[in-house]
Amino acid sequence: MDQKLLRERETRCNQENPPGCTAGCPVHVDARGIIAAIRKGDYATGLSLFHRMVPFPGIISRVCDQPCQQACKRKELDEAVSINLLERICVDNNKLAASITCQPPKNKKVAVVGAGLSGLTVALELSRKGYKVVVFEATDRLGGSIWNIPESKLPRYLIKNDFQIFEQIPLEIHLNTEVAGCSLLPFVQLYEQYDAVYLGLGSREINALDLNLELDAGGNIVIDALTFATSHPKVFAGGSIRRCDESQSPIVAITDGKIATNSIDRLLQNASLTANREKEGPFTTTLYTNIEGVERQPRVAALDAASGYTKEEALQEANRCLLCECRECVKNCEYLGHYRSYPKRYVREVYNNLSIVMGIHHANKMINSCSLCGLCEQICPGKLNMAEVFQEARQMMVRKGKMPPSAHDFALRDMKFSNSDKFVLNKHQPGFTFSTMVFYPGCQLAASSPQYVKKMYQFLAGKIDGGIGLMLNCCGAPAAWAGQEELFRQTMQDIKDNWRNLGSPKVITACPTCYSMFTRNFPDMPVETLWTVLDRVGLPDSALALRAQRLAIHDSCTTRYEIQLQDSVRNILGKMGHQVEELPLSRSRTVCCGYGGLMIYTNREVAHKVINRRIQESSTDYVTYCTMCRDNFSGQGKRAYHLMDLIFGSEQEGLIQQANPGYSQRQENRERLKISLLREIWGETVEDLQRDVKIIIPESVRRVMEERMILDDDIAQVIAHAESTGNKLKNTETDCFIGYFQPDRVTYWVEYFPQNDGFLVQNAYCHRLEILE
Amino acid sequence: MSTSLEQPKIICATCKIYLTPGKVTLSYLGSNFPVELYKCPQCGLVYIPEELARGKMQQVEAALEDK
Repeated sequence: MDQKLLRERETRCNQENPPGCTAGCPVHVDARGIIAAIRKGDYATGLSLFHRMVPFPGIISRVCDQPCQQACKRKELDEAVSINLLERICVDNNKLAASITCQPPKNKKVAVVGAGLSGLTVALELSRKGYKVVVFEATDRLGGSIWNIPESKLPRYLIKNDFQIFEQIPLEIHLNTEVAGCSLLPFVQLYEQYDAVYLGLGSREINALDLNLELDAGGNIVIDALTFATSHPKVFAGGSIRRCDESQSPIVAITDGKIATNSIDRLLQNASLTANREKEGPFTTTLYTNIEGVERQPRVAALDAASGYTKEEALQEANRCLLCECRECVKNCEYLGHYRSYPKRYVREVYNNLSIVMGIHHANKMINSCSLCGLCEQICPGKLNMAEVFQEARQMMVRKGKMPPSAHDFALRDMKFSNSDKFVLNKHQPGFTFSTMVFYPGCQLAASSPQYVKKMYQFLAGKIDGGIGLMLNCCGAPAAWAGQEELFRQTMQDIKDNWRNLGSPKVITACPTCYSMFTRNFPDMPVETLWTVLDRVGLPDSALALRAQRLAIHDSCTTRYEIQLQDSVRNILGKMGHQVEELPLSRSRTVCCGYGGLMIYTNREVAHKVINRRIQESSTDYVTYCTMCRDNFSGQGKRAYHLMDLIFGSEQEGLIQQANPGYSQRQENRERLKISLLREIWGETVEDLQRDVKIIIPESVRRVMEERMILDDDIAQVIAHAESTGNKLKNTETDCFIGYFQPDRVTYWVEYFPQNDGFLVQNAYCHRLEILE
Repeated sequence: MSTSLEQPKIICATCKIYLTPGKVTLSYLGSNFPVELYKCPQCGLVYIPEELARGKMQQVEAALEDK
C-alpha cells in the first residue's frame, strides 16, 4: 500500500467527517462536542468548544440564526436540535474569563475600517497572529449594527463581556474616525500606508467614500466570493457590504471576518490566496449516520423562554442529539469493534506497521485476526474493504519475512496434512474411465462428518449420469488467508493438475469456501455448489427423516454474493418441510462464524466474541451449510445443524448438539475416510491405520491439548523419541516421565506414565524458543 | 531471561542423577539467549518446566515475533 492508496482508503472511511451541524455552521462550531459536554454537565468544556470557533460567544449565544439546524440529522426524524439554546446555557453557566495568547509580533500592519462584527473578527484574529492592527470606526463604539438588536434579546452586558478581549491585545482603535475620500484620512492613504486593508463598512453609502475600487453596475464593490479580495491587491472587504439583501446575520459577519483574516494572512505570507479553501464557510458533510430505529422525540421547549433552558431542560434536549457518527462497520463487526477505533485509523496503523524498519510491529495481531469476510465493504457507505487491506498486509509480511511464525503455523500444518497422501484422493467413479462431474467435499466436512462424504458421493453417483469422480484434499484457503502466496499458488496448481487428469470435469463443492476459492482463482473451471445441484436433482429419501422444524439460516461469509446458492439452501429446507427464519444479518450481509481468515487460530478471544454474538441473534436452532460454521456454533453451546445433518441424520443421533471432534480427531477422520472409501467404493485393499505408540489421553488433558493446539501425533512423537533414545527425565516424587522433542519449529513436552502396553499422558505443553544444546 | 526456579525433584532417567542449574542457550528468530536452566550435569539433557514455557518464554516469543 503506497501513500496514494493509503489516502484513497482513508478517504473512503467517513467517520472523521464532521457532523451536519458543524459542516453547516459557517464557522464550524463543534456542536456535537458541546452537546456531549452538556450531557456530562461540563459547561466549561462546552463553552471552550464554542469559543474556539466563535470569537464573541456571549453575543452569538443570543442572536445566532442557526444555519446548523438546517443540516441537523435529527431534522430527518422530527425537529433539529436547539443548538443555540444549548450554546447559551454553556455561556450562562460560566464566567467567561477572556484570555488570549498572541503570536510574537510581525512587522506587517493591517488597517481595519469599520468595527462591526466582521471588522472586529479580523482585528482580533490578525492581532492573535501577531500583526499590528489599527481599527478605524466612524462612530463612538465597537459593535456596529449589533446595537440595533433590542436589549431584551441581546443584553448589553454580553456585548461588554465579549469586547473585554480588546483591552488585552495590542490593538490600536480609533473611534469617531471616519475614513472617506473627502476626510482627513482618505482610503487611498490607507492603501499606501498599510500592508493590507479590510473594509467592513456596514451600511455606509459606498459612492460617497471614494474607495478607488472597482464597483459593479449596482454600485457595489466587486468582491471575490472565495477570498473577499477587491480590485486592489491589498484590499479585502466583507460584512454587510457583501450582501445586497441587507440580511443581518451576526454569525455570517463573523465568518466573513474569518475568511478575510485567512486571505490577509496568506497575502502577507506570500501564500496562495485560493489553494485548499473549499471547506471554509458552510458545506455539506459526507458523514453517514444511520437513524434507523431512532425514536421520534419533540424538541424541548424552555419553560421560561426569556431565560433559556434550565439545566434539566438542556440535558433533555442534549439527549435528543444523535451525536452523529458512522461506525456502521464497527457496530456490525465484532472484530473491528474489538480494537476500539474505526477503519480510517486501522488503515493508517496497518500502513505504519508495514513501513517501520526498526521497532515493535504493534498491529501484527490485529492484521492477523480479521476473518477477511468482507462484511465491512458491504456495509460501508464508502465501500472500504478492510479484508483487502489486511489480506494485502499479510502477503507483504510474508514476503518481507515479517510474519510471526506462530500466527498461522498450526492451520498451515493441518492443510499440509490434508494435502498429503493421508487424505488426497482423485478418482473416477468405479466402472468409469472418465468423469463428467467431480464431487469436492472439502477437508472440513471430511474432518467433522466423514460419513456424509461417503453417503453424498454414493447418492450423487446414483443420481448423476456420465460418471462422477471424487477429489479429496484442501482447497488452499488457509494458505490464501495466511498471506502465503507461493504456497497457495502451488496448492492451486496441484488441484488444477489433478482436476485436468480427471478430464476437467465440472466440480461440485460442498464447502462454500472451496467454491469461492475455485471461482476466484480458476476462471476456466466449471464449479457449482452441491446445494444448487441438490435443489435441481432432488434430495436423498433420508431427507425427510427428521421432524419438520423452524430453523434460522446462517449464510456463509465466503459466498455472501451467491444469491442462487442462498436461494437453493432455502428451497432445500422448504422441500424438507422446515420453516426458515432469517437472521438480522443474512445473505450478502452475513457475518463470519469465527473461522474465516484463520481468526480462530490467531485470536481465539476475538473469534469467541464473534461466535457468541452471532449465536445470540436468535434463540431458534441454527442451520449452516459450512461445517466450520456449525462446529464453531455448537462448540459455544448453540444448537446448530449442518444441512447434511438434516439430509442424512436421524433424531436419535443428537446431531444438533454434536461436539467438534477436536484437531487430532479431525485429521484421523480424514485419514480413515480415505481408507474406508478406497475399500468400500473402489474395492481396494488398504492397510489399517498404524500407530507406533499407543497413547491414552484423559479428557482433561485433551482439553488442554486443544487449547494449546497440540496433536496426538505430536505427543506420540515425543514419547517415541524419549523411549527410543532414553532421553527422558523422571519426577522422583510422582514417578512421571518427562520427554521433549522438536519435530519442526515447535518443541513439545509430554509428562507421561507407562501403562500396560501404552502410555498415559498427564500433561503436554510446547514452546517455540529452540534449545541449543 | 531470568529463570530462577525451585529445585525440582527431577532426575535424568539415563544418568540417574538429579538435574542441577547450568548454562543453556535458547534461540528464536535469530536471537540467542544464554539462560540458566536445570539440566543433567552428565549428559546435558535440559528441563523446561511448564510455567516457564507458558510464561516468560511465551512472552519472549511474542515480543520477538513482533520485532
